[in-house]
Amino acid sequence: MSVDMLSKSGSRPLRRRPARRWLTPRLRLSLLSAASITLALGVWFALAWSGLLPKMLLPSPWDVAQALVKNIGVPFAGATLQQHLVASLGRFFSGFALAVVLGVPMGLAMGWFAPFRHAIAPFFETFRFIAPLAWVPFAALWFGTGVGGPILIVFSGAFAACVINTFRGAQTADPRLIEACRTMGASDYRLIVDVLLPSALPSIMAGIRVAAALGWQSLIGAELIVASSGVGYLIVQGQGAVETPIVMAGMATIGFIGLVIDLGLRQIDARIGRNWRVGA
Amino acid sequence: MSGIAFNDVTRCFERKGGTYQALEPVSLHVPDGEFVAIVGPSGCGKTTLLRLAAGLDHPTTGSVTVGGRAVSGPGPDRAVVFQQFALLPWKTVRQNIGFGLKCRGMGEAEARPLVDRYLATMRLEGHGDSYPHQLSGGMQQRVAIARSFILEPEVLLMDEPFGALDAQTRIEMQEELIRLTARQRRTVLFITHSVEEATYLADRVVVMAGRPGSIREIIDVAALRQSERWAERSVEEVMELESFIRIRTRLWRLLRSAGAPAEEATGRLSIAS
Repeated sequence: MSVDMLSKSGSRPLRRRPARRWLTPRLRLSLLSAASITLALGVWFALAWSGLLPKMLLPSPWDVAQALVKNIGVPFAGATLQQHLVASLGRFFSGFALAVVLGVPMGLAMGWFAPFRHAIAPFFETFRFIAPLAWVPFAALWFGTGVGGPILIVFSGAFAACVINTFRGAQTADPRLIEACRTMGASDYRLIVDVLLPSALPSIMAGIRVAAALGWQSLIGAELIVASSGVGYLIVQGQGAVETPIVMAGMATIGFIGLVIDLGLRQIDARIGRNWRVGA
Repeated sequence: MSGIAFNDVTRCFERKGGTYQALEPVSLHVPDGEFVAIVGPSGCGKTTLLRLAAGLDHPTTGSVTVGGRAVSGPGPDRAVVFQQFALLPWKTVRQNIGFGLKCRGMGEAEARPLVDRYLATMRLEGHGDSYPHQLSGGMQQRVAIARSFILEPEVLLMDEPFGALDAQTRIEMQEELIRLTARQRRTVLFITHSVEEATYLADRVVVMAGRPGSIREIIDVAALRQSERWAERSVEEVMELESFIRIRTRLWRLLRSAGAPAEEATGRLSIAS
């Protein structure tokens, strides 16, 4: 096992040297991650197969994988896994895009116009403590089971992170740059677009990643209650049918897709401004 | 018409536990086309004076006029060159130089030949598509000067523009500035810590004293510069002239008595700084 190998190469000075040639520090850390995942899966397998817990309480990884694969071909709760996923992703990206498109300009405006900041700030200070799920009753009331409800929930989860991080980023803009551009006759619009926005960009991207995570979480929560399709809905139906492998398959899908979304955003983040970001 | 006039200007800053007077009533007139350098110890208010002319700050009492008009805010008729260059890191050299033109609403196609001309003038050919962080300090400051000159400002306000450069680059930039201002006469207010730099560049050198800032003396260099043709000689040649040394020494004495801190007194030993 890789765990043994790592501990040996560390404890035996004689073997250290040859091992180092291929075991770069980075590879070592990757192996550590792989080992911990393997270990966790192993514990899960052992627990499930030992028979200590009933199958219903803890389905084995194998059952979960089977349920997952099966659901790709055979519909559960009215749709296949990928159909549920597409429904969830559609709602997520609508609400998330809305949060970014409205949140980033709003954060910039708060960073630029002090009166606007002071008019808006009290609402944010309050609203950010209200969990997105608290909006579910009103989302259901206003939109019924339509597409608007889940979008509102995602939006309420993602919006504040976009606004606050953009605003904080805008505040880091170098006042000397703003002054220099003013002396060249830059208008407020030019200053916001050419100085404030690029200054805030690293913070905006960090905010967008947080917003995506919060939005994705909120959506699944919302689907538990208001939706008639989607991965969250799949989980609820699995619970109703006491199909715990389906429930866990849904959970695994949520985790994996969340990871993919974040990796995608990280890629975008790395690409933006790689020409001028020093040391990026 | 682009003369700068400070009329009984004061500037007070609100501080914890009272007000701090940065300038006591200062009056200074820089006629159209004159190059005036201001030297003085740290905290003597020379940068405050420049910021007032730029419109980046406002006097507490008194008035500042440029070309006969009261200064109410910054504008492209008064270009400012900062010590820390203040280039936009996310824009290429070309985009930085053309930024003021873009602010004026000039299209890229129209601006391009102008930008190209200034790239050539400032010896930046081949670096148009580089980003500021890829350039040396001297080159970055040439970009900053190019982006100011391209707007053809009547007034040039320079706040220790060569202070962050090494001695060699600094001398080159001084000669460059002489060349540029000789070609196109401009009203220049130039702030520096370096007595040599002030003497070499300016028609008049204003010596300020600190806390609160005031003008101690104004020394005329223009007549000497013209009769001895400084502009046509190299920096090191001029700095060896007896007349140059005499003025420099006199400025040093004035600065000493104005309360120059020790760090600046040591600068006397190096020619360029």
